[in-house]
Parts: sequence; C-alpha cells; structure tokens
Amino acid sequence: MLKSLLSGDYPQSRILSLIVLGIGVSLILAPFLFPGTKSLDTAAKIAIFIVLVASYDLLLGYTGIVSFAHTMFFGIGAYGTALTLSSMGPSFTAIALGTLAGAAVAAVFALAIGLFSLRVKAIFFAMVTLAIASAFAVLVSQLSWFTGGEDGLTYSVPRELTPGFRPIREKVFDVAINGRLIAYYLIVAVSAFLFLVMLRIVNSPFGRTLQAVRDNAFRAEAIGYRTVWYRTTATVLSAVMAAFAGSLLAIWLRYTGPATTLSMEIMLDILLMVVIGGMGTMYGAVVGATIFILAQTYLQDVMAVAEKATEAVPLVSLLVAPERWLLWLGVLFILSVYFFPSGIVGRLRGQRG
Amino acid sequence: MSETAIRPRIEQTALFDRLSAAVPILLVPVLAVVGFAAIGDTTTWLTLTVAGLAMGLMIFVMASGLTVVFGLMDIINFGHGAFVTVGAFVGFTALAWLSGWTAAPSVLLNLAAVFLAICAAVLATGAMGYAFERVIVMPVYGHHLKQILVTMGGLIVTQQLIHVIWGPDAIHLARPQTLQGSIIVAGAAIEKYRIMAVGIGLALFLAMQYVLRATRIGLLVRAGVENGEMVEALGYRIKRLFLLVFIAGSALAGLGGVMWGLYQETITAHMGSEILVLVFIVVIIGGLGSVEGCFIGALLVGLLSNYTAFLAPKVALVSTIALMVAILMWRPQGLYPVVKAK
Repeated sequence: MLKSLLSGDYPQSRILSLIVLGIGVSLILAPFLFPGTKSLDTAAKIAIFIVLVASYDLLLGYTGIVSFAHTMFFGIGAYGTALTLSSMGPSFTAIALGTLAGAAVAAVFALAIGLFSLRVKAIFFAMVTLAIASAFAVLVSQLSWFTGGEDGLTYSVPRELTPGFRPIREKVFDVAINGRLIAYYLIVAVSAFLFLVMLRIVNSPFGRTLQAVRDNAFRAEAIGYRTVWYRTTATVLSAVMAAFAGSLLAIWLRYTGPATTLSMEIMLDILLMVVIGGMGTMYGAVVGATIFILAQTYLQDVMAVAEKATEAVPLVSLLVAPERWLLWLGVLFILSVYFFPSGIVGRLRGQRG
Repeated sequence: MSETAIRPRIEQTALFDRLSAAVPILLVPVLAVVGFAAIGDTTTWLTLTVAGLAMGLMIFVMASGLTVVFGLMDIINFGHGAFVTVGAFVGFTALAWLSGWTAAPSVLLNLAAVFLAICAAVLATGAMGYAFERVIVMPVYGHHLKQILVTMGGLIVTQQLIHVIWGPDAIHLARPQTLQGSIIVAGAAIEKYRIMAVGIGLALFLAMQYVLRATRIGLLVRAGVENGEMVEALGYRIKRLFLLVFIAGSALAGLGGVMWGLYQETITAHMGSEILVLVFIVVIIGGLGSVEGCFIGALLVGLLSNYTAFLAPKVALVSTIALMVAILMWRPQGLYPVVKAK
C-alpha cells in the first residue's frame, strides 16, 4: 500500500522520514494543532508551494533545465480560475472550467517555448524563459480590462468554501467547522494527490529517462532517446502542475494579482526552495517549501528581535533588520549550491555532490 | 616553361552568400524606414529614432560585456544586472556629492561631474567584477546549471546589500543643468542627453572594435572565443585574460548603469534585474558571444521599443519578444552565431 502510494521512492533516511512525516501530519492537523488565521494561511501556502516547487524540481532537478517561466505557468493557472470565477460567478463548475482552461493554456505555452528553445543550450532556455516571463508579467499588468492590471482580481468562491458556511454547529476540539476549513482540506488533499502523481512520474521509466537526459544528453540521444521530446514533455508536465498549484492559490486567496503569482520574487523563492531543499528529489520540495515559507513568515519576527538586540551596532542592526531576510537566504543559497548541491535531503540521505 | 602556370584559385563566395552576411546590418535602416511609414510624421519619427538609438546604445554598453564573457568562457552571468544597479547607485552618489558642479550652468563643470561619476561607477563595478569572478563564478566553471543558480544568488545578495547601504527607496536625481532640455533639429525636439548617450555609445563601440580588431589583447580574446584550449596551449594564461574581460565587462555594465540612471533620472535596487531582461533579449538576438550582433540587436530593440511605445504603448516589451522570436525563427543561433572550433 505505502509502496505503491510512494511509487517505491521512500525517503531513505530515518531523520528525513520523520521530517516528511512530521510535515505531512502537521499539514493534516494544522487547523487543530495551530489554531488561528495566520497559521492556517501559512499551512495552506506550504501545501500549495510543495506542489509548485515539486513541479519545478521535475524540471530543474530531474531534467536539468533551468526555467524562469515557472511563475508564468503558476500565474496562468491562477488567472484561469480567477477569470472564470469572476465572470461566471462562484460555482464549482467555474472552478473546474478555469482550472482546466488554465492548465491547457499553460501546456500550450510550455510546448511552444519548449519546441522553440530547447533545441539549443540549457543556458539559452534560461534566458529565453526569463525574457518571456517578464514580458508576460508586464502584459498582464497592462491589460487591466481583462486581468484587473496591478490591482488584480477579487472574486468570491462557492459558498461551501467560505467562512460563512457552517455544516456543523458545534465546535470540534475547540475549532469551528466552517467552509474555510473545507477549503483548506480541499487544498491539502489536492496537493497531496498532485505530489504523489509527480512522485509516480519521476519514478516511472519516463522519469528515469529524464535523469539520463540530465546526466548525459549526448549518451541518451545515442542510445536512441529523443532528448528534445523528453525535455519538452517534462516542461509541459511541470507547467501543467504549476498551473494546478496556481488554481489552488486562487481558490484559497480569493484574490489573484501579479504580485502573488507572477512576480520575479516568487520565481526566486521557488529557486531557493528547490536548491535549499534538495534538487533531484521530490522530498526536497517538501522540506524546502516548508522551511522557506516558515522562514518567510516567522524568521522576520526572530530578526526583529535580533535587530532590537543589536541596535547599538550600526551596520549589524541594518543587516539583521527583518526586511533583509532575503539577504541571508541568498547567502545560504549560494553556499548550498557550492557545498551541498544535493540540498538538505541529499545531506540527510548521505549523498555527496 | 609553359605560360599556363598554375595560379592559386581564390574561392569566390557566391553573391547571395555575401549579401546574406550583410542582411543583419541592413535590418536597422529597414526598421527605421518601416517605423517612418507606420508613424508618418517626420518630427515625431526623428525624436523617436534618436531616442531609440540612445536607448539601444545604452543597452549595447551593458550587454557587450555579457556577450564577450559568454563567448570567451561559456559563462552567462545572471548577476550582470547587479553591476548595472551598483554602477547607477555609485554614479548617483558621486553626482550628489558634486551637486555644486551639476547645478552650475557651466558646460565644462557639468561634463566634468558626469565624467567623474562615470569614473567612480566604472572603478566600483570593475572592482566588484573582480570580486564576483573570484568568489562567485570561479568555483563553478564548466557547470552551466550551477552558474545560473550561483550568479542569480549573487544578484539577490547584491540587491539586498544595496537596500542595506542606500536604503529601500528609489533615488531621484536631476540631470546636470546643461544636459537638461532639448534642442530643435529640423522641427523635432531632441533631448540633449540622448545625443550625448548616442555619442558615448558609438565611441565605445568603435573603441571596442579597435581593441578587438587591432590590438594584441583583442586578438587573444578573439582567438580565445574561437578555441580557448589552443590559446592556452600556445602559452597564454587564458584564465587571466578572462578575468580581465570579466572586469571590463562589469565596468561597462556599471557605465551603462550610470547612463541609464541619468536617462531615467530615477534608480531603484531592482533596475538591474529589469534591464537584464532587455540585455538578454539583445544578446540572444545578436548571437551569444558576438559583439557586432549585440550592437545590431541593441539598435533594433531600442528603435522597436520606442516606435511601439508610441504606436501601441501596452505591447512595448512584448514587441521586443516578438522580434526575438522572429529573428530566432530566421536564424536559430542569433544574427551572428559565434563559430566555435571545437
């Protein structure tokens, strides 16, 4: 049962198993373990980003392609759902339609970009995707009649997913059972499903071929695998997964705008999460996304304390100011690329770069 | 002895081949003419063309270093934008110190202030390029994936450090007195600063061509682009050459940063990563590693974005992407692909 669920790809390290198990259990019990809106928001964001980061890892870690257009696909999914929800009104049909449309558009875009630029070098693909993604972000913020521009779109989700919906009057373990909770569990369930699907993909013969293409494209081609085809398929798959993650975010936030989905900062966040967590393993996405988002949410509080403590020292207090948390993660990022290219997960599994 | 001595036969390239080599150069005037047809108004067209040339040349200054570094060492520096930003901030700080000179209505003092600001920026970014190459790039030679990641990390850290040093807000600074305003040429108002930007850009392009074509170091750089191992085998330390090129490229980026900052009159810590997108488009259009291609690509991008900004402002950046796609359909490696002898 467990073997087929995890596609035979166990964490392979006792500590890692405990961590992954802990994250999974915490996500499932989050509303009861950590009551409060902020922690529920954080938990939902972690679940969504695990999918997003895992889908990026499919590209970066398993296929060895650097793409900077991942937020574009994430945004296409989010905007797909947001647009149908705001034009058709809050219904599950709108959500389903928007999600499918977003995924389809993302797939077409990914196919076009892949066929167009994956024939040349990896570096070329990175540059082309960076250019296209930023043009797309600008376009979305310009076309305000369609996308709401910089302000984004605010819309309502079906009543069953809003705090106003109360299926049970009584509280369970002191937690009110409302639509928000249902929305949370919907997101956790879909995220878990998508994650397991990706785990299945990377452990299939197809996934093994991707790794072969990553390690030595020339040899893979010589054995008879068409590397362009494999790379393009991986790009499309990861784009579709990112679009699904975007739809989940759109449902959870009830708002979609360029800053939450398309910005370059989110792209860098994803990159940091993959590398710090561990490239080339799906569990790296789980660990990376969790650590990063917890740091994003709570590290700033810690740094505020540190800033207070070092107020007397001028430069140090500037360096540990809460707004500078990205500085330290950037340094950590560079160090981890040098010294732990396999990330936290690779370390725990005892691999060496 | 018979009269029919064997003469060496020099292969004549077909007329068509020779013409097709010149086609990329013709693209710039063609684009200008098309722009003229689309705009239909001489004065507007002239203003836009000068603006486009100025923008293109500034982008060229920033992009040239990137493309040579790639050609020589097969490294694409995603942190290149950081040099642009640092150059702009250092230059602006210098100009702010020299505010007495910039506010004076004397041409000489104004130009001296700008010159000193440029020198400060070039020195700062050159030094930073040295540090960047030694600390960040050197350990990851030959690993494309790691290079992209690490240089991107360098960009993040630099941006954050700029926040620490100069604060999080955008900095505004007016251009020196005599560089403000515009002059009227044939009925069209042309900003003085743009003329200066065109002048500096062209001078740098010509100087770069001279260095690459007529000096020993340029010869080594060109040879290194074609076959680095062979240059090394002949006894030249290509690593040192590369370091030199990297520093020069960083300094050029800093110079471009000052020029761009003065052009916009506002600088932010994110300007580098925004410009990096344009720089990448230009480098891709030109062909990775080619200075001439980069020059033509920069002019095309500058002109096109100014024309479209006038005709259809919402799609300005998308139009440059469309240009990139069109060029890559035609020549998948860019206008002037660099032929590697490997």
